[in-house]
Amino acid sequence: MSRERFPGGLPAGSPAPGTSFTDLLRSLDLAPVWEASGSEGLVRAPEGTTVLAMRYGDGVVMVGDRQATEGHLVAHRRIQKVFQADDYSAVAISGTAGLAVEMVRLFQTELEHYEKLEGARLSLDGKATYLARMVRQQLPMVFQGLVVVPLFAGYDETSQEGRLYTFDVVGGRYEEQDFGATGSGGRDAKSYLRGAYRDDLDEPGALDVALRALIAAAEEDTATGGPDLQRGILPNVVTVTVDGYHEAPEEQVAEISAAALEAVR
Amino acid sequence: MSMPFYVPPEQLVKDRAEYARKGIARGRSIVAIDYDDGVLLLAENPSRTLYKVSEIYDRIAFAGVGKYNEFEALRVAGIRHADLKGYLYGRPDVAGKGLANAFSQTLGNIFTHEIKPYEVEILVAEVGTDREGNRLFKVTYDGTLYDERGFCAIGGQADTLTSNLAARYRDPAPIADTIRMVADAFGQVEEREIDGWEAAVLDRTRERRMFRRLTQEEIAAALG
Repeated sequence: MSRERFPGGLPAGSPAPGTSFTDLLRSLDLAPVWEASGSEGLVRAPEGTTVLAMRYGDGVVMVGDRQATEGHLVAHRRIQKVFQADDYSAVAISGTAGLAVEMVRLFQTELEHYEKLEGARLSLDGKATYLARMVRQQLPMVFQGLVVVPLFAGYDETSQEGRLYTFDVVGGRYEEQDFGATGSGGRDAKSYLRGAYRDDLDEPGALDVALRALIAAAEEDTATGGPDLQRGILPNVVTVTVDGYHEAPEEQVAEISAAALEAVR
Repeated sequence: MSMPFYVPPEQLVKDRAEYARKGIARGRSIVAIDYDDGVLLLAENPSRTLYKVSEIYDRIAFAGVGKYNEFEALRVAGIRHADLKGYLYGRPDVAGKGLANAFSQTLGNIFTHEIKPYEVEILVAEVGTDREGNRLFKVTYDGTLYDERGFCAIGGQADTLTSNLAARYRDPAPIADTIRMVADAFGQVEEREIDGWEAAVLDRTRERRMFRRLTQEEIAAALG
């Protein structure tokens, strides 16, 4: 006999959701609904703009600006778009912020849930595949104009190198060789990186190039907010290496940002 | 039509308890104990892959003795319970007490309603921001919930281990000393060579997820 809970109320999860947290939510009717009914016009919600990731000698660096826009308006100046996915990976978001943040939260829970149940972390490839599936699941929302496109990067414990993945709206998953970017200023960030990227960068060098790419995007794209030293709004900068996920200290980000802004003046 | 024989409830409970106790008596013991930086969980376990101690949530660990498939099902249910709560509300809202209560309810219901009771004992450990905040819960096969302080033992030799530890244990000590002390207690109680160790800590100096397994090298180094 299948049952959803043990006699005492603990979730038994039957029919068995296995290691998937989303399936567990579904079995209890708690899964997020990635579907908006009705087709009257598009829904308007704040959108996250530019995030980018880049490989370097020790691993990967990921950078995101802090602005969310709604049409021509600034919706938020200090939102976070780069998140820790687990000990060895990071995920950044662009597109409809509210949905994307929820997707990240679910993704984080999924990775931890799997790790605890199985006693082992998913492979980096496995995590990227799972994230792609989550993007595909919210495809119905795309037709309402609610798009979520993440960027995923991490340190591959097997091959001992940094790797990164970009996605498209239908859940296509593409591993990138050197760098990737998404969001409204993603194209500008990429064209900067195409010229500036070198594969022999050390960590300070990688942070410098990545931040300059974000500033280049902010120069060209009105929706992207570059470092705002007056207000003290600094981009999120994280690295993932053999030592795991690490957020760059604010002083370092401020210092590099100041130098980079000086150069474009 | 045949009438089922009448069995008085006292007899029913007694039979079930005896059955469950017999199963658990064969299980090797586990101890959870406060040390300087949190809670240590030490188990006798010959296997290097089938764990008895595992992570439930940021500050919470689980240990089970008895029938593997039964406590494994409870462990999985516990992780689901905790992850659900943390996802639907927030990470600080997942507490050891709620989880111990859920185990207690579940085991209690299984004891009275199912064909056979679970032959398991469960330990839920939670590390607090200081020693006063540490929580150790023990849930027995019939759903009885115990709230212990300082240290807690489950398994076949739980009672003798508890009295042995009560005689030795005073205040939280460094990790290596604590491992040595508990290992000594195991040795005295079992009166035989211990067949492999499994150890993990809930270390409050770590960030967010405080559970960490100790490697065999670390255990060997502590035992010197």
